[in-house]
Amino acid sequence: MSAVNAAGWRPEMGSAAAGSAETTSGDKALMLEEALIFELREPGTCGVDIDAADRGPVAGLARFLRKAPAALPGLSEPETVRHYTRLSRQNYAIDLGPFPLGSCTMKHNPRLNEKVARMPGFADVHPLAPQQSARGALEVINQLAFWLIELTGMHGVAMSPKAGAHGELCGVLCIKAALEARGENRTVMLVPESAHGTNPATAAFAGFSIESIPATADGRVDLAALTARLGPDVAGVMITNPNTCGLFEREMKTISDAVHAAGGYVYCDGANFNAIVGKVRPGDLGIDAMHINLHKTFSTPHGGGGPGSGPVVLSKALSPFGPLPYTARMPDGTVRLIEEEDGAAEHPQSFGRMAAFHGQMGMFTRALAYILSHGADGLARVAEDAVLNANYVLRSLEGELEAPFAGSGPCMHEALFSDAGLAEGFTTLDIAKGLIDEGFHPMTVYFPLVVHGAMLVEPTETESKAGLDRFIGSLRSLARRAKQGDEGLKSAPHFAPRRRLDETQAARKPVLVWKGDAAA
Amino acid sequence: MRYLPLTPAERSEMLGVIGAATVDDLFVDVPAAARLSAPIAGLPMHASEMAVERHMAALSAKNLSAGAVPFFLGAGAYRHHVPASVDHLIQRGEFLTAYTPYQPEIAQGTLQMLFEFQTQVARLFGTEIANASMYDGSTACWEAVAMAGRVTRRKRAVLCSGLHPHYVATVRTMAKFTGDTIEASAPRLEAEPDTAGVIAAIDDQTSCVVVQYPDILGRVTDLAAIAEAAHAKGALLVAVVTEPVALGLIEAPGALGADIVVGEGQSLGVGLQFGGPYLGLFGCSEKFVRQMPGRLCGETVDAEGKRGYVLTLSTREQHIRREKATSNICTNAGLCALAFSIHMTLLGGTGLDRLARLNHARAQATAERLARVPSVAVLNSAYVNEFTVVLPQDAREVVRALADRQVLGGVSLGRLYPDAPDLANGLLVCASEMTSDEDIEALAVALEGVLA
Amino acid sequence: MSRYFTQDHEWIDVDGDSATVGITDYAQSQLGDITFVELPAAGTAVKKGDAPCVVDSVKAASDVYSPASGTVTEENAALADEPELVNSDAEGAGWLFRLTLSDAGELDGLMDRAAYDEYVAGL
Repeated sequence: MSAVNAAGWRPEMGSAAAGSAETTSGDKALMLEEALIFELREPGTCGVDIDAADRGPVAGLARFLRKAPAALPGLSEPETVRHYTRLSRQNYAIDLGPFPLGSCTMKHNPRLNEKVARMPGFADVHPLAPQQSARGALEVINQLAFWLIELTGMHGVAMSPKAGAHGELCGVLCIKAALEARGENRTVMLVPESAHGTNPATAAFAGFSIESIPATADGRVDLAALTARLGPDVAGVMITNPNTCGLFEREMKTISDAVHAAGGYVYCDGANFNAIVGKVRPGDLGIDAMHINLHKTFSTPHGGGGPGSGPVVLSKALSPFGPLPYTARMPDGTVRLIEEEDGAAEHPQSFGRMAAFHGQMGMFTRALAYILSHGADGLARVAEDAVLNANYVLRSLEGELEAPFAGSGPCMHEALFSDAGLAEGFTTLDIAKGLIDEGFHPMTVYFPLVVHGAMLVEPTETESKAGLDRFIGSLRSLARRAKQGDEGLKSAPHFAPRRRLDETQAARKPVLVWKGDAAA
Repeated sequence: MRYLPLTPAERSEMLGVIGAATVDDLFVDVPAAARLSAPIAGLPMHASEMAVERHMAALSAKNLSAGAVPFFLGAGAYRHHVPASVDHLIQRGEFLTAYTPYQPEIAQGTLQMLFEFQTQVARLFGTEIANASMYDGSTACWEAVAMAGRVTRRKRAVLCSGLHPHYVATVRTMAKFTGDTIEASAPRLEAEPDTAGVIAAIDDQTSCVVVQYPDILGRVTDLAAIAEAAHAKGALLVAVVTEPVALGLIEAPGALGADIVVGEGQSLGVGLQFGGPYLGLFGCSEKFVRQMPGRLCGETVDAEGKRGYVLTLSTREQHIRREKATSNICTNAGLCALAFSIHMTLLGGTGLDRLARLNHARAQATAERLARVPSVAVLNSAYVNEFTVVLPQDAREVVRALADRQVLGGVSLGRLYPDAPDLANGLLVCASEMTSDEDIEALAVALEGVLA
Repeated sequence: MSRYFTQDHEWIDVDGDSATVGITDYAQSQLGDITFVELPAAGTAVKKGDAPCVVDSVKAASDVYSPASGTVTEENAALADEPELVNSDAEGAGWLFRLTLSDAGELDGLMDRAAYDEYVAGL
């Protein structure tokens, strides 16, 4: 026999005893800490090869020249890739597991859409390129506009708003412009108390005073209170449907008819359109304006907080007032961008421009790819599965957590629970933080405001049943721990990259930029 | 239906748990008269990944992409080389498919990035602080005007004539609803911006003066002089930067007395994308922090004393303040901010300086060659990477004729200012590190041909 | 000097025609950690029921209504650096602003300490 195992290597299991809680580096295997870029390098370095300029500045620029480069470090490519890769691992994401944030619609982001958005004919086209050189881009905008109009049963659509709240502003400005065109000074906007905070913020910006409309005990708008308030001073109503309690407003058509009869307009917050796409068209319910969050219903990625995109579909009454620019199909079949040059002739009542250029093209390409992938049949299935998943969560947990509107009929795409019945001192926040330890992103908490300690769970249609069952199992166990007063829950999360953060200190003495070199 | 994991058997099982016979029973609250019982007529059914990709590729192919031809467009959207690592990193699912970092314990990646981004923007702009980004430059510009109104409690804003007309239009739209008075006019085709005119327009009711730097014609304004005049009347100076690469070469607006500096961050990392999504940048003095719009990320510690980051000062925002919020904005441009920040991290201050100098050199080479085209004159005495040339005829037609010759030659002032006939012959020409000698020659030759 | 309370949990100390306003200890306990206080500048004219002052906690911004009309004479400058004074001593060092009263008759409907304590106990 030759030399036996000269290196001495042999597999050993070691012992299962607990190790030290700390390491020298501060990192723990795959849990990696990462310094700020300003701590990794001093200014003066650069990670990009850039040719030297072959001449100096023009004479006219001499008095404007920067005295010294900005005090920012440049990291080499390996350092940069590692920095951001290490940071990325401190984030939870849909790609890692369920992200059941109610009202936020965190569904799977298909990668085809990313590929499409990066096609050079979309990603590398200048917004002011001559229209003859951007026919395909204009065609994308127009095709998406067509789908949005058909899916909502509306008359027109404004594509340029840059996010949901921007779209909401667009819709409210259309209402304002329409009232002005009628020569009426209606100053009051009615907003249900369960509304998203953007609704009153938007209406207030547009110069309306806000009056709150109460909800009934079953979680829907109080129709009697609303109709009683209608009158010649009411510009309109802003309603979310399905509403933020996860319920469909059964009386929507009645509300719309009453508002119209009183001379007002109906704005619908379309944040929850994903629950009804392909099942009912807002236009058939009398809606005058509704924004569509492409990043919710049509799955463009949330990107850690934007960019969004918020096209607004408009009724025949409001369409003439929509913003510039917009696309229009010409008799020869081509699509033209109508901007300031033609606006006075083609769209004279427009309230104006909301932003530079023509909207979130990079989101349009993604949303169109998503819509074409699903088609008319698949989009209806999207709504059905989203609603099925939410009802499954609701009925699986209603015995464990208080579900204030469980008796109000099926929920739509999200299930609402409250903190009623938790042990003294235990809160919705504790359950949320406990979910983090369980490997899930928490649901939306403390919204809607009409329910104490609200927990709003929106599973979306892209969660499998097995995934939902795991989530339900964890939430059930957390509910029991919170009812029993398990102190371990008060200090959760224990296993995340950070424990609970001191938000009071952050707000009292804001530190918004790095100043580590200030003492020098 | 490749994105929908439920099987028919699972759907039945789940309906059993719910106690519903069919999925349609879950839509019982939708009035029957409005409920759709079949897919909406006239719309296509679902399609395979391959089919959708083909459809979209065919549409893409109908566009002339900037990289395919000599390209000289700017006017608020700029084409620079973006290092490959930027797009690779922003596609990591942990960044791409995360939400707004409302649960900071599991969002430190996004939050630390935003803290770094805020620091980068502040140092680039020469301001004390910056926010976590806004929709784009034009909306950030309006937000600055609105904020100046809150700070000064005045309602009259003076916009310099060199402010991008889309920005002017955006501000005008918003001001119609807030009752602010907006003073603005189109620029004149002159070598220098009208600094004296701006200063003369400031009075003791003025909330702010808004100055684009460099301006829409590529000219550079003496910000320090305007800052002094504005401050003497109790007004704020808002500087607008549509091309942050320019700040590699010219002084930071904050260092020249600007109180608020906003900008469009698209030129670093984000790409052209036919106009969006882009990236609003917003920096200002620390004393105005409570009047600032948009999300802010701040440093703090966790329960174990470890440094960490959270979204902070959210009581300014709509989800808490509702109708009293500083703005109705409830999102930022997170992924675009990440792209900007990664590109800036690769460049550093030194790289931005080199990049700006190279851009400027390429612009000079372009200007020199165009000046030799018969009856074409370069307008600017100073510029960084974009300048104005005056043609002997309406530049709109020239731009279209150049495109027919496979050259994207610039942005005509006639498209930006359809109501200003005196600007019709102006053409904005932008060069960058991407501009080759061959591109410049191709533009000049095509222009000679079109004008002949 | 007398102290009165409102149903919105403000207190007001009155000494002749000058008065000091703050929020009650109960109010601060409900708000949680105060992070910032936005105060009216001296010279601001306020009417009873106006909200010249906003108290921010981490997740809420709460208007403070003036219990009476008058002209603000002083803001509590210490709160700029130490908003936590409102938590630690709401009815003392954590006062918000002082004003000269224009109509002492407005105080008639306010509660005294005993009435307020009873009111809070009933919440």
